[in-house]
Formats: sequence, structure tokens, C-alpha cells
Amino acid sequence: MQYDLIIIGGGPAGLAAAVSAKKEGVENILILERDRELGGILNQCIHNGFGLHTFKEELTGPEYAWRFIQQVEELQIPYKLHTMVLDIRDGENGKTVMAMNREDGLMMLTARAVILAMGCRERPRGALNIPGYRPAGIYTAGTAQRLVNMEGYMPGREVVILGSGDIGLIMARRMTLEGAKVKVVAELMPFSGGLQRNIVQCLDDFDIPLKLSHTVIDIQGKERVTGITLAEVDENRKPIPGTEEFYACDTLLLSCGLIPENELSGKIGVELSRITSGPVVNESLETNVPGVFACGNVLHVHDLVDYVSEEAARAGACAAAYIRGEKEKEDTKEIPVFAVDGVRYTVPQTIRPACMEDTLTLRFRVGAVYRDCYVSVYLGDRRIWHKKKRKLAPGEMEQVVLKKSDLTDRESFDKITVKVEEA
Amino acid sequence: MKYDVVIIGAGVVGSAVARELSRYDLKTAVLEREEDVCCGTSKANSAIVHAGFDAEPGSMKARMNVRGSKMMEALSKELDFPYKKNGSLVLCFHETDIPKLEALKTRGEENGVEGLRIVTGEEIHKLEPNISHDVKALLYAPTGGIVCPFKLTIALAENASVNGVDFFLNTEVKAVRKLEKGGYEIETDRECYETACVVNAAGVYADVFNNMVSKRKLSITPRKGEYCLLDKKAGNFVSHTVFQLPTKMGKGVLITPTVHGNLLVGPTADDIEDKEGIQTTARGLGKVASLARVSAADVPLHMVITSFAGLRATEKDEDFVLGEAEDAEGFFNAAGIESPGLSSAPAIGEYLAELAAERLQAKKKENFISTREDIPNVAQASPEEIAELIKKDPAYGNVICRCETVTEGEIINAIRRPLGARSLDGVKRRTRAGMGRCQSGFCAPRTMEILARELHMDPLELTKAGKGSKLLTGVIKEDETGITETF
Repeated sequence: MQYDLIIIGGGPAGLAAAVSAKKEGVENILILERDRELGGILNQCIHNGFGLHTFKEELTGPEYAWRFIQQVEELQIPYKLHTMVLDIRDGENGKTVMAMNREDGLMMLTARAVILAMGCRERPRGALNIPGYRPAGIYTAGTAQRLVNMEGYMPGREVVILGSGDIGLIMARRMTLEGAKVKVVAELMPFSGGLQRNIVQCLDDFDIPLKLSHTVIDIQGKERVTGITLAEVDENRKPIPGTEEFYACDTLLLSCGLIPENELSGKIGVELSRITSGPVVNESLETNVPGVFACGNVLHVHDLVDYVSEEAARAGACAAAYIRGEKEKEDTKEIPVFAVDGVRYTVPQTIRPACMEDTLTLRFRVGAVYRDCYVSVYLGDRRIWHKKKRKLAPGEMEQVVLKKSDLTDRESFDKITVKVEEA
Repeated sequence: MKYDVVIIGAGVVGSAVARELSRYDLKTAVLEREEDVCCGTSKANSAIVHAGFDAEPGSMKARMNVRGSKMMEALSKELDFPYKKNGSLVLCFHETDIPKLEALKTRGEENGVEGLRIVTGEEIHKLEPNISHDVKALLYAPTGGIVCPFKLTIALAENASVNGVDFFLNTEVKAVRKLEKGGYEIETDRECYETACVVNAAGVYADVFNNMVSKRKLSITPRKGEYCLLDKKAGNFVSHTVFQLPTKMGKGVLITPTVHGNLLVGPTADDIEDKEGIQTTARGLGKVASLARVSAADVPLHMVITSFAGLRATEKDEDFVLGEAEDAEGFFNAAGIESPGLSSAPAIGEYLAELAAERLQAKKKENFISTREDIPNVAQASPEEIAELIKKDPAYGNVICRCETVTEGEIINAIRRPLGARSLDGVKRRTRAGMGRCQSGFCAPRTMEILARELHMDPLELTKAGKGSKLLTGVIKEDETGITETF
């Protein structure tokens, strides 16, 4: 079957991309979603705090998703649920997407453009190489969240959480509200990986201790977890002998990082960033494979869904322009964006000034905590942005807004640099 | 209950003996304390089929290894489990050690291993481009192979079951007693069994059962081996199984692809006291990493997806103890089965089954079913095959484990087949659901739902691996009728 645009993933990114592409005039769109309903991870995020930027009100995850699902329904954008994409290939007649489900069997679909919106996965215990037994009772925070909020089951009673990512913090509160005892949240780094508001609302308000620079060094229990041992770590993140502390518990939840899920992207030859683990994209959120776009957590892990929606809407619009045959400016100058001096990465990683809209939001993260410093952007050697920041932390995504006029009206430059500068 | 033969232990050896015994007109039972077959050492090892150059010529290890290795390919076709003859290499890092490499080759030839060859110079890195440039020479064994230890064990057990062997799972043997009238009484935590013959395939506990009936005491020390399993993205890092030449510093670790396309690194070798001590340790995992880097400095250890430990059942004389105990007629040992136990299992099965059948003067059945078909494998099927599978059963179109592309159809098949899966780990070993890079984060709740539905179980009773390994502790949503709105 032939489509103009296939969107892989029906979570917040895929939905916003679909709505935007349709509004931009793309008629023949298909969303492929592997789960049983649209909305992606938002369906298990029943806490509120979503949508402050997009809708100027506080919504729960499912409510936020519903706003977009409604638009998809109203715009009559077709979608398939329980559908897994197995492969994507580039060819003369566009992209071929191999997908399957119960009803349609194995499908070979073609599309002129593809938007990657597959989201991310959690780093499991194995990838952390935590020593000890391998009993029941070890879950990633997101799996526990699904069990509690969607399936209706409690995965444990006495809980230790390793990692202070946002899902871990949210689950500390959620498990407490459901009657579990959350004994401690341990974080390997000297700072939390989650949003400050979540530390206050999910830990402080419930008297759950947060132990920074601590990690799990042993898991006990041959059948079900019976306890874990925490230890403080030094500046090289190595456990300090003598600081071991045993916590009796039946559950260990892990919130130790999210990894964009790009196994499919690799199959069609999309270049991935070693830092974000997501595709390398230009200002149009287009990957190195023309006609393949990426947005949301598959591109880089976001803190706020509002930014995902905004980014995805742009991906949808850019895909629409591609389908209309615009922006084929192959000889256009493409300028690399360098992340240096404390800035870990930027998205996009390259900019073609000629293809920019009037403004472009450049998103980035820093690698450590900085206080009272400046974020600066340089075009070549010339500084065009210099803004004071009270605090920068790895857990909070930052952004700068570039004006097209800044990049096109002045003398030529061959690189853009984003950096943290001392006061 | 009365049997002709009772086998203690449903690991790869117990299952191999069971399958071979099922060729005969005998009433055979297998007693296993865990909830599934393949739960001990058989599930946590290097997953390789040794060529057979390592064992002392004339030893049981040498004899069984070479025979087992030769049987493996035909067996893999008969019983439909993954096996690949990828060849193995033993790396030698010092010119002065080359005589040791040559001695290994000679030993292998004495054992009857075919095709052994010492490789030097440029050919080293043609064979394996990623290994260290400190490698001065290597021993190439083209008959070395890799196998799926779960599928091998499960295939043997399933085939035995289909041919009439009774498997009693969750049944722990407490005592073995010689009866005055001949034969044995086996006391378990459930029922008592009476049998003419016993096959002791109890892994690290084989000494305990032997010592209950024989004066020739065995002593088995668990020798722990820790491993790291790497993402499939690292699976092509080497194509052969890469050993290190044993030195004064130790036996070294191996780096090998697995039949499923992952990369496996390990094991350590530490004698421990606890026969249940399968926990990994920071020290052990650190050692795996540092020793692996000797073979290949760039081994991508940042791609680890899980680590595990297994226990080798090392007998004090360091050879397999196979055959009838001298002072206990009808009591057959398969004890001290450490490396190369997996490679040897088919040969041990054949050997012990023949001995027991001879003792019982049993005749071969006419209706023995020699073949078995595995669960369809969607991940490795062609688009045409997948389409065909879904046409027959739409459940094969519903992907449950996204990392390994395992469908609902495969999981249902794994639960419904003979000796089917009863737990999350049981499903995992049969289908690979949960064995990928997210380590069951996404598929666990969905696999649990299928298990509960298929087995008509209360989800609260679902386990990771039987007994006390329950996955859930309570229900959340409950309306006023008390009817839960779950799964």
C-alpha cells in the first residue's frame, strides 16, 4: 500500500507530527502503533503537570494524549494499533516499511516520507552491571508504572529506588500513595537526573530520603528480592569501602536513564549521535536519509512532553514540505553546530540557514551542574547570544532561539558553537 | 510410584539420559526440584560445544566431549535446536608459550579432534580482525561450535516426555535408600518413588546423592563462573569462539558469539562453598572485563545487557564420574559434570542409557519418535514464512517482545507444548521474550498477561522462576463488587 507519510509510533511525538502534517496538506498519512491504544507512554503517566506550555493548564498524561488523539480522529488520520514495524528500507519508489499485526498479517507499505517517533526505553539492571542475585522484584520504574497504573497490580511493598530520573521520582510518590514503603532513592551522580519540581513534589513532600553519590552494590534474595546494599561512591563513581548500608526490601526499582530506541533507524541507514543515541538531524529534523525525519524521545530524551509536541509538529511540517517537493536545496550550505565547554549535545546538529523558518529552537543539555554562568552561541568567532543562567543541570533541557536573520544577513561563518561560559 | 529408572535432575545431562532411555521399553521418571527443566548449571554456562582438545587423553571428559561434539550437529537437526560450527581459537600471547599451544594440538589429536592447526603471522587477524596484536600464534579448531543450552536441554526433555518419560517438576529429592530386595527408594518433598535404577544427574548435588548409597565418596565443589552478555549490536565482534591459552595466571576467559547473535564474555573460575551461590560479584565482573581486554582491547563492554553466574560441578578428581557405582548396583552416576559438560551431554546420555538398559535387559521400542519441532521463530523467518504463520494463527502477527521480535503465537506455543513454560523465565528460555536489550522491561507485563490467561492463573501467583519468585504483591483497582479490572 502506498502512503505519502508513514509515522512510526503513536505516542505524543507521532500524534503531534501527524496532526501537523495533515494541517500542512498531507492527505495520505498512516500512523503505526505497537501498543493497544494511541498515546504511548502518556497512558501510564496518570500524574498531572503535563501541558502547561502547550495548553496553559495542568493535565494528566492520558488527558494530554487525548487532546491529540481527538485531533487525529477529527482529521480522520488513519492508524493501526498492535502493529509492529520490523524493517524500513530506502528505495527508488520511496521508503518501504515492513510491519505486521494480527488482522493484516505481514504488510509491505511504501511512503514518500517517514517520521521516526518510536520513543525510548529504560536502561535495565543488566546494563548497569549491578552485582548480586537475579531474583524477582527488580523492575525498571516505567515497567512498575505500567503495572500499577495500567494493569492494576502492585509490584512490591518495600521499595528501594536506584536512580533519580523523573520516572523514578514519580514512582516513589505513586508507590507511597498505593501503600508501599519507599525507603530511599539512591543516585549515583552528585546531582539528580530529574526535574527539581519532581524532587520537591515526589520525595520531599513524602519524607523520602534522596541519597546522592550512592549506588546499589549488591542485590540479595535468591527467589524474590530480600534486600539491597547501598554504598557511597567517590568522585570516580567507585564505591567507598566502609560506607555500605543494608536496606531490607522486596523491590528494587531502577530509573537510571532512558535510551532512544533506534534499532529500526539503523536499518534504513540513519546516522546516530553517540551522545544522544538518537539520529543526527538538520534544522528540519531530517536525518541523513532524505525523507526520513525524527522527533520526540527517539531523537533525544526530553523532560517535558510539551517540547516533544512542539518538536514533532515541526517534523510533521517539514515532512509535508518534503512531500510537496520543497526545500530541495541540495547546494545549500549546511553548518555544523558544535556543543563544547559543558554543553553535551545540541539538536539539531546541523543548520542550513536557507531552510530555516524565521526562528529555530536549538535544544541542548549540559554535562554537569553550573551556577551563575552564561550560555553563549557563536557564529564562527562572533558571539550572537549570551544569556545569564542561575543554574544549569543535566536533568533540565535548555534551549536557545536563533533568528534566521542572524544567520543569513551577516558575513559568512562555517560553524556554530554553543557553550557554557563563566560569569 | 514405581519406575524402572528414576533420573535425579532435569539439566542437560538428566534430560539427555531421559531422552536416550526413552528409546527403550522402560518406565522412566525425572525428578527436578525447580519448576522447569534447565534451571541449574545448564542455563548458565558458555553455551559452546568444545572441539575436545582440552581434556586429558583417556579421561571420561575427553571421550565424552569428542563423541558429544560429533553427535551435536545431527542432534540439532533431529531435535530442532540452534547449533553452529563456528570454529574455536586458542590465543597464545608469548613466543615462549608456543610449545604449550603445540602440546594442546597434540593432545587434541590424541583425543581424536580433527582439523587442528597452528596459525601464525598475518592469518591470525584474517581469521579474527578484532583480536589483540599481541597474539603470536593460535590454535584453530574448526570443529568447535556454539549451541543454545536452553533449547538443547528443553528439546531433549520434550522429546523424552513425548516418548513417555514422566517429568516431576517442583519435586526435590531428600533421600535415596538402597532396598534390601534390590532397587532404590527415593524420598522427595512430595511423593516416594521406588525404582530399579537411579541415574544421579544432580549437578552440584550429585555428591550428596552418591554418598547416600556408595562408600566411594564423591566431593563436588561449586566453581563459580561469572559472565557478561552483550547486545546483538556487538555480536559480530568475533566470529569464532576465542579462548586464551591457560597460563600460570589462570585459565583466562573466552569471547564468543552466541547462536542468537549476542556476544558472551567470561567465565571466571572461583571455588565457593555455597551450592546455591549464583550471585555475580563486582570483583568477578571486573575480572571478566579485564581478562577479556587481553584478548581484544576494544571488546565493547559498554554494550552489556546482562550478567550472570553459573556453578561448575567440579569433582575432586576433576574428571566426569560416569557409570554404575561399584558398591551400589543400579545406581548410575553422572557426577562431576563441569566443562565440557554441555558438549558431552548427548554422549553421556547415550552412554548411561546403554548401561542402564543393559542392567535392566531392556529392549528398544519400535515406536520411538526421534524428531521434535521447535517453536516457530518469527524473528528469523522470511517475510513469506511470517505471512504464512499469521495466516494459520493471527497470534503470530502480534509482537510481544519488541527487542527480540517474539510474538504472542510463540509464547502461547511455549506454554502449551509438552513440558511447557510456567513462568516468565520459562517463556524466556523457550522464546527469548525478555532476553533482549531492554531485558523484559516492555514485554514482562504482557507476557504475564498471556501466562495468566493460558494457565488460568491468578496473576498474583505468577512467578519469575517458580517457588518464592512471585512477581506481584497485590491488586490496586478493585471496584465495589470486588471484581478486579486487571489484565
